[in-house]
Amino acid sequence: MQPFIKSTGLVAPVDRVNVDTDAIIPKQFLKRIERSGFGQFLFFEWRFDEQGNTIPSFNLNKPRYQGASILLSRANFGCGSSREHAPWAILDYGFNVIIAPSYADIFYNNCFKNGILPIKLTEEQVDDLFKRTESSEGYKLTVDLENKVITDDQGLNIPFELDEHRRQFLLQGLDDIGLTLQHADEIAAYEAKNEKRLANVF
Amino acid sequence: MFEKIWNNHVIHSEEGKPSILYIDLHLVHEVTSPQAFEGLRMTGRKVRRPDLTFATMDHNVPTKDRFNISDPISKQQIDTLTANATEFGVKLYDLNTIDQGVVHVMGPELGLTHPGKTIVCGDSHTSTHGAFGALAFGIGTSEVEHVLATQCLQQSKAKTMKVNFIGKRPAGITAKDLILGLIAKYGTDFATGYVIEYTGEAITGLTMEERMTVCNMSIEGGARAGLIAPDETTFNYLRGREYAPQGEDFDRAVEQWKALATDEGAVYDAEVDLDVASLVPQVTWGTSPGMGTGITSIVPYPDQLPTENERKAAEKALEYMDLAPGTPMSEIPIDYVFIGSCTNGRIEDLRAAASVAKGYTVSPNVTAIVVPGSGRVKIQAEKEGLDKIFTAAGFEWREAGCSMCLAMNPDVLQPGQRCASTSNRNFEGRQGRGGRTHLVSPEMAAAAAIKGKFTDVRNWEFKSEVTA
Repeated sequence: MQPFIKSTGLVAPVDRVNVDTDAIIPKQFLKRIERSGFGQFLFFEWRFDEQGNTIPSFNLNKPRYQGASILLSRANFGCGSSREHAPWAILDYGFNVIIAPSYADIFYNNCFKNGILPIKLTEEQVDDLFKRTESSEGYKLTVDLENKVITDDQGLNIPFELDEHRRQFLLQGLDDIGLTLQHADEIAAYEAKNEKRLANVF
Repeated sequence: MFEKIWNNHVIHSEEGKPSILYIDLHLVHEVTSPQAFEGLRMTGRKVRRPDLTFATMDHNVPTKDRFNISDPISKQQIDTLTANATEFGVKLYDLNTIDQGVVHVMGPELGLTHPGKTIVCGDSHTSTHGAFGALAFGIGTSEVEHVLATQCLQQSKAKTMKVNFIGKRPAGITAKDLILGLIAKYGTDFATGYVIEYTGEAITGLTMEERMTVCNMSIEGGARAGLIAPDETTFNYLRGREYAPQGEDFDRAVEQWKALATDEGAVYDAEVDLDVASLVPQVTWGTSPGMGTGITSIVPYPDQLPTENERKAAEKALEYMDLAPGTPMSEIPIDYVFIGSCTNGRIEDLRAAASVAKGYTVSPNVTAIVVPGSGRVKIQAEKEGLDKIFTAAGFEWREAGCSMCLAMNPDVLQPGQRCASTSNRNFEGRQGRGGRTHLVSPEMAAAAAIKGKFTDVRNWEFKSEVTA
């Protein structure tokens, strides 16, 4: 996985609460057996109408938000299904940072497995970022994971919190299966101790 | 209870890091596993415990002419699971077996789900298995690969929440109404970061299948998992099942399982209450499972909601659902009925729906399908003649699978169609682009099919008892 250290990018707002993973990537696109190529289907039913035409009023279709790498949204982002196709689509589309007041658990966890940084800010801070993004075309933020701070070029400076283990995980781009396998002896010992139970013998 | 199961499975813990948790049972289906098996191949890793890993195909499976999958990508996904199961030595219940079905119906039926186990699956509704007092939760594909390779997961410990269902469950109120009522009251993220334990006489009085309905939708409240303490109901359900401990092992297991219950006086990180006695049958009106109300109520006025974000969300939802504020819930006409899913596709659900449908005819404007949760449910229902009751009333009787719960197979709503559904999510487009989903119990769905609109099943005139 690519390490995430610092990133500057255009902010695209999706102003809805409870953005669910069915909206992020509808089920008809979950049938592929690869990890790649899901970006074209991101927010598919909000981006395209039934005939496949672009819906101009949806933010991601507006010229001013093209090339955005920071997705700004509302509370309980990523609720619903556990499909990792949702973060795959977000990353493949070009986002590597999400900012919202809260996230659904499984989605939040899935982000870190894919090098996406989901940042939690307060409702007020998120509101303020919506205003800044909407009022100034080309609005960019810099997200510095080493110092846990978000800045813009107008002097904004928002520190954010992140679990230290998760931070290191992203900073170093770690392979967590490899990390767990470092404890192979302990796994084997647990299995030996619980052998009967795991074989349905009590 | 959560604490006990957690402590029984921690292999390694270090300050400031997630713990390494052993997983006793890993269920696998075709949608969230292909990339995980591919990851194993790329890194030269094997499945550590094929004996603790069980697979089935459910999401893509057609419910008519199931061996003839017309969508080539669906077919490829199903064939990929078959190939992966063979290559990695994982037991697969495929379309040729009677055990095939929705993964969360199949696991308990086979007796794979035990109290005290840690259970995961690449599917958010894994919370279903918490009904047995198992710690069961959904994971993403990277974690599916992690469990396949290591039989472990890195997990931070969740907080605990006690949900008190207060009072007796009134007649005509189902398990589905309990959980929909809870989410309608507290919202879709009240339990984010928590493992819920459901308690109260309304819970202990539920059958095993009803408990599964409640735990199934824990995720719709944001919870990592939902738990119900195992008791005689649990043990009686499990006794004699294929993968349950057998003979004296079962009796010894029961003694261990009894010790899992939360100790008297244990403290939870949070507690919430729901008054059961005042519940009425629930129907959702919006595009989030928390947007629900009673059948005797009306579609809400967004401007009366407390926060700006809620008002905006409700306005968007009502626009999508094409509903006017103030409309009585009992005057909303429907086009489609779906009875099935991991929430309500078990034999008791089908019996309940059939008891409503018996002797009636589906409204001419409605298409109604019944999709058993598994091959075994289907066979049992046919043995009891439920299929005859449904087909005589004009319902379509289908083959087992996830079907219209998420419409990955050919069962899809057309734009603008309105569906009374016994599934778990009413998100925009969930059952098909432009489709409008109202979540209800099997009884309410069957009654809606017959009336052509939602109706209070508590006033239903049952034509005669369905004998089991």
